[in-house]
Amino acid sequence: MTTTPQIAVTSAGDDVSRTTLLSIRNVAKRFAKNVVLRDISLEVKEGEFLTILGESGSGKTTLLRIIAGFETASAGEVWMGDARLDRQPPYRRRVNTVFQSYALFPHLTVEQNVAYGLRVAKRPEAEIAARVSEALEKVKMSAHAKSKPSKISGGQQQRIALARALVNRPQLLLLDEPLSALDANLRRQMQVELKSLQREVGISFIFVTHDQEEAMVMSDRIALLRAGELEQVATPREIYGHPATAYVAQFIGHTNLLKGEVRAGVVRRGPLAWTAALPDGAALFSLRPENIRLASEKATAPGTVRVRGKVRQQAFHGATELIRVECGDGLVLVVRTPGSGGALDEVDLEFSPADAVPVRESPERI
Amino acid sequence: MFSRAYKAAVTLPPLLWVTVFLLLPYLLMFCYSFWSVSASQAIVHSWNLDNYGQLLRVNVYWQTLLRSMWIAARVTLFSLLLGYPLAYFLSFYASKKKDLLYQLVIIPLWVSYLVRAYAWKTILGSDGVLNTLLQYVHLTTHPLEFLLYSPFAVVLTLTHIYTPFAFLPIYAALEHIPRNLVEASHDLGATPGQTFWKVIFPLSIPGVVAGATFAFVLSLGDFLAPLLLGGPSGIMISNIVVSLFGAAYNWPLGAAISFCMLLLVVCLLVFSERLEKKWSFS
Repeated sequence: MTTTPQIAVTSAGDDVSRTTLLSIRNVAKRFAKNVVLRDISLEVKEGEFLTILGESGSGKTTLLRIIAGFETASAGEVWMGDARLDRQPPYRRRVNTVFQSYALFPHLTVEQNVAYGLRVAKRPEAEIAARVSEALEKVKMSAHAKSKPSKISGGQQQRIALARALVNRPQLLLLDEPLSALDANLRRQMQVELKSLQREVGISFIFVTHDQEEAMVMSDRIALLRAGELEQVATPREIYGHPATAYVAQFIGHTNLLKGEVRAGVVRRGPLAWTAALPDGAALFSLRPENIRLASEKATAPGTVRVRGKVRQQAFHGATELIRVECGDGLVLVVRTPGSGGALDEVDLEFSPADAVPVRESPERI
Repeated sequence: MFSRAYKAAVTLPPLLWVTVFLLLPYLLMFCYSFWSVSASQAIVHSWNLDNYGQLLRVNVYWQTLLRSMWIAARVTLFSLLLGYPLAYFLSFYASKKKDLLYQLVIIPLWVSYLVRAYAWKTILGSDGVLNTLLQYVHLTTHPLEFLLYSPFAVVLTLTHIYTPFAFLPIYAALEHIPRNLVEASHDLGATPGQTFWKVIFPLSIPGVVAGATFAFVLSLGDFLAPLLLGGPSGIMISNIVVSLFGAAYNWPLGAAISFCMLLLVVCLLVFSERLEKKWSFS
């Protein structure tokens, strides 16, 4: 795939200069009376690694299937460049998919599987042979070219599924939880490989997963889907540091959700109080456990919030430790420390008000 | 795991059944095929190959055997041509009415064979439904004679009767094809036609082989359809066997012909099983 235009990607995602490749406009999907997706609008840039993250039943696979052409949207449009994509049958779309269960053709060899797309496009045999062997080399599977899919391992099948899609040089690659069937170690290894492969070929990837860690590690941007609606679309750093809603804050990593009361620029929650430029009324805040510190005896730095509490639970995680602290008035804070050095009883906690990020409530959805 | 007594109790009855009702009769038939009949119509227990020699020498026997195979081959072909599209449509496109349509294909199997054969007789006869209709609309002036009492009638009737047998294994094979393979094929740019020939058909071959075997073996040994609708030109090998065991009272020759057919069918089954294995990937 040396002829594929190489896009030098350093810090993707933040790069707003790149052109939009795929544009999903107000897409909705209903199965009978069951609403699976409502009013989804999303853009994917060229060379971008976008992850659609969501729990099972959030509609993420349905959205991917609409882009691939296996489902028809009940409303809305999908555009690729200046062409309407959602009116074309799947076999005319320059989009390829890596299926969750790989979907390799059992009656064809590894080599024939990879060659499939080029064969049906009636490319010259010499070109097919060259591109297939190149693709197999890229995924380090040249040695298994003549094997049947049933004779190779799950991880190897995964590589073949990837090669079979990439050999067609699609403009966009869709990946439907391709790593979910692999064991933890292989999975981490494939995450790194997949990411570097994506940078190498410069093709836009839309990656579907329910694993927030996977999404954080691999993506330029994450689109978090909840019950058929987009909660937030942002870079991993942005989505972690500034979650838009309570749901996002809880789904990505651990967090303390604080329901406070704002009056004249001061937030109060039980024994806590800090200043925030917010209108009066109830407000919800997300405070990450690692942003709360165990305070020393010395006086607090000005502007930090300090509270004393009783340790109820300590969980050792190796590099860090999670501590549940009861601070009175029904307030329980979860704190992540780099190791406390033993059992604790009463502790002083502190955090800076800037780390208490205001988030919107996430109302229940049916 | 299981005690020896339990294993014996489970395996003995079927073993006994097969021995008493299948292997022993076949052995007896095999012995008969080497014996002969005296002028006074008594079985002579002298061992020789005369019956097999007669099979090759007397034209009517091997010609009828060949004709039976030719009829069975045509029935197989037509059953597949009817059964495959039906199974394909049912499996891939009849999403909601699937069960109903499946039942409609199966129900004829519950209707007596004789009734269906007679039905064709009333349709194809010289004053039957079809001829009456053709003359009524002035397409023909005389009844078409080839419709009934001909190989045509036999092939038609047997195709009608054995198409469900070809349909069933094909349908089962098509149902077993994971639908994401079809999606993967479309995803890789294959049109529905290309997808059918490159993915669906190759993966359904075991079903086609099984269906073809059913249709061929069952119609090869059929004797009612040729008896009722075949006429002199539509006689099949089983009719000869029946008359040899019955009116002609020549059990040894009948046994020899039966044994040859048995051998033919066993070879066919072995061959089709190999073919099925070669094309199955689960």
